[in-house]
Amino acid sequence: MTRKLITALAGSALAMGVLATSAMAQTELRMTWYNDGNEGEVMRGLLDGFEAANPDITVILDVVPYKAILEGLPVQLAAGQGPDLARVTDLGGLNEYYLDLTPYVSNPEYWEANFGPFLEWLRPANNDSAISGFMTQLTVTGPYVNRTLFEQAAVDMPGDGATWSDWATAVNEVAAALDIPIPMAWDRSGHRVAGPAIAMGAQMFDADGNPALVDQGLKDMATMLYDWHQDGTMSAELWGSVSGSTYLGANEDFANAQVVMYMSGSWQIPQFAETIGDAFDWWAVPAPCGTTACTGMPGGAALVALQGTEHPEEVGVLMEYLSSEEALAEFYGKTLFIPGHLGLAAGGVDFATDDPRARHALETFAGAVPTISPIAFDLQGYPNNRVMFNALISRLGEAIVGEMTLDQAFERMSQDVEQQLAEQARDN
Amino acid sequence: MSDTDANASVSEKLVAIAAIPVVVFFRLLEAPFRLLQKAGGIKLMPYFFLMPNLVFFGIFVVLPLFINLAYSLSGGTNIFLLDRVYTGTEQYEFLFDCGNYLDPQTCREDRFWKAIFNTGTFVFIQVTSLVILSLVTALILNRKIRARGFFRAVFFFPVLLSPVVVALIWKWILLRDGILNAFLVSIGLDRILFFVSPEWAMFWAIFVSIWSHMGFYMLILLAGLQAIPPDLYEAAEMDGTSPERVFWKITLPLLWPNMLVVVVLALIKGVQVFDEVFVLTGGGPGTATQFIVQYIYTTGFASRVQNFGLASAASVVLGVVLFVLTVAQLAATRRKDDV
Repeated sequence: MTRKLITALAGSALAMGVLATSAMAQTELRMTWYNDGNEGEVMRGLLDGFEAANPDITVILDVVPYKAILEGLPVQLAAGQGPDLARVTDLGGLNEYYLDLTPYVSNPEYWEANFGPFLEWLRPANNDSAISGFMTQLTVTGPYVNRTLFEQAAVDMPGDGATWSDWATAVNEVAAALDIPIPMAWDRSGHRVAGPAIAMGAQMFDADGNPALVDQGLKDMATMLYDWHQDGTMSAELWGSVSGSTYLGANEDFANAQVVMYMSGSWQIPQFAETIGDAFDWWAVPAPCGTTACTGMPGGAALVALQGTEHPEEVGVLMEYLSSEEALAEFYGKTLFIPGHLGLAAGGVDFATDDPRARHALETFAGAVPTISPIAFDLQGYPNNRVMFNALISRLGEAIVGEMTLDQAFERMSQDVEQQLAEQARDN
Repeated sequence: MSDTDANASVSEKLVAIAAIPVVVFFRLLEAPFRLLQKAGGIKLMPYFFLMPNLVFFGIFVVLPLFINLAYSLSGGTNIFLLDRVYTGTEQYEFLFDCGNYLDPQTCREDRFWKAIFNTGTFVFIQVTSLVILSLVTALILNRKIRARGFFRAVFFFPVLLSPVVVALIWKWILLRDGILNAFLVSIGLDRILFFVSPEWAMFWAIFVSIWSHMGFYMLILLAGLQAIPPDLYEAAEMDGTSPERVFWKITLPLLWPNMLVVVVLALIKGVQVFDEVFVLTGGGPGTATQFIVQYIYTTGFASRVQNFGLASAASVVLGVVLFVLTVAQLAATRRKDDV
């Protein structure tokens, strides 16, 4: 009896020892993530597959609000308390915190071949070789319209090459005929405004490549937006109801058929496919034209490795797994995101939807990529673009609610950009 | 010895045994105090007892105060103080660079001055209304009315709610498709976009703030009213004094210490307003409801270039304002005590 007891105790101790050793060998990685649609679930599925193949690595997916990515994550990173990986949209703005994965991935050429143009968005100045992450989605800004409302109002939708003014006239007709409260809505976001501004001739940079936000093109676009708020084409609820650079979207109003035309971008596709479905014909249309171009803005979100990690090798293993063509084909296919992987973009992704509206929207936005202005690409690649975007929307918002004139707003925009860049330059 | 005496003796022994660990504990505790008293004398003992609190106060209040001051004299975006660039008083000069202090548009940092003016407007209207409404409510609920306990609970209930919850509830009520607009439409009126109009946004920011805090101040005044000796009222009644005269000559003077507490607390809380208004209006429309704490938060944390130096300078200015208010409260209290 005693011998059996001793044997059992010894066995238990051994088992506990083995478990303890295995627990000690376990590496835990934290990934900070935000969701526009179902991508968190899809990513979790991929991570489960990764954990099964790599039992010594656990990945915790911390899903946070988008605001936490914009405002909380930079403070965390500056304080050295960041996660191992994060999904970010301020691609160049946080590049000082990115880990260069080159020593930790087996095939850097694969990354260069498939993510090359986007890797440049993530690289610090004077670095043309760092591999820090990959695009979880490539986005293109552009409008959606409620085609059902156009049909009900018997108003023809403007065709290819239509200008913003053509669309404003058309959506006002629809709204007047059907008593729709908001003829047109634009996300309250500098990124969203930048495309139309470039279409109106804004250059965004001077001849030396320095930021030059306010020029005639931008003034024309801002005046148009301002006038639309005065004549009721746009509701002040988005641009006028909050302060500073606060982001506001009209996705819920559009989904509730309160908006005829909604300027947003490709990332809304999965959400609209789910929330609107076939309740009405939501339809993506090509970027309307300005005086000099018909362009949206490129952008997107990237999953990046962060240099504060204590486990760079494991992060490399994870990134290699997630960036594989197989994993990304599944990710883009299930999330309905425009691929940020050149091989998949060329070969096509099998999107997991039979919704004709979603498929049309994906084709429209993916097809818009070649028409995007080079200025828009330059602006997207500029690490301090959010300084420009924030100055633009906060001051334009103040002008729209009548706190200052448009001319005062333009002057303040330039001052804001100058002052913030000067403050940042003190670090050097 | 009777059975009762024997039982009592046993109980005493048990109590004595049970007390042994307590006695030992206190003896052990006493030993270092005796040594300290012997070494420093009795005059040092109060400081020794105050030490734990002073240490916490020093670490969590005084030290951050000085760190904040140091940040306000630095520039750049580095978060660690030692990595930052010393800029002297540049951040303060930037804040106070104005053509005309009464016109924020003439100031380099116009948003700071707009926030100052907004905070001043908010504090003046909110504190005045809050004190008057709390007093009226306390006077009514101090009378022998039906369901008095229920009404006291009703008025106090919002105090228990988180400011974020309060703001979200009112936001749902006030939105374009909220309950209030549904009601307005149902009686044939037009919708009002409350958060688009600067006047309406400020009105609702003040209203919601009063709604959520009034119960607390009402309770302080109610306690003051109940402490007034009833025989004073009886004597006044016997003399045939009018109710108005009773209020001005008995109630208000005797309630003055509580009123002072309410005014000062409301004033300090008003200057610090942030969370509920931030959730309710986001500081908008434009900058119509952006107050000084939101300015500090936005400058330090919500901008692409996180300007900790400027935010710290603004918070030093806020700290000075709060310090002046506190000193004024102390002075007023002392003068009242002297009277």
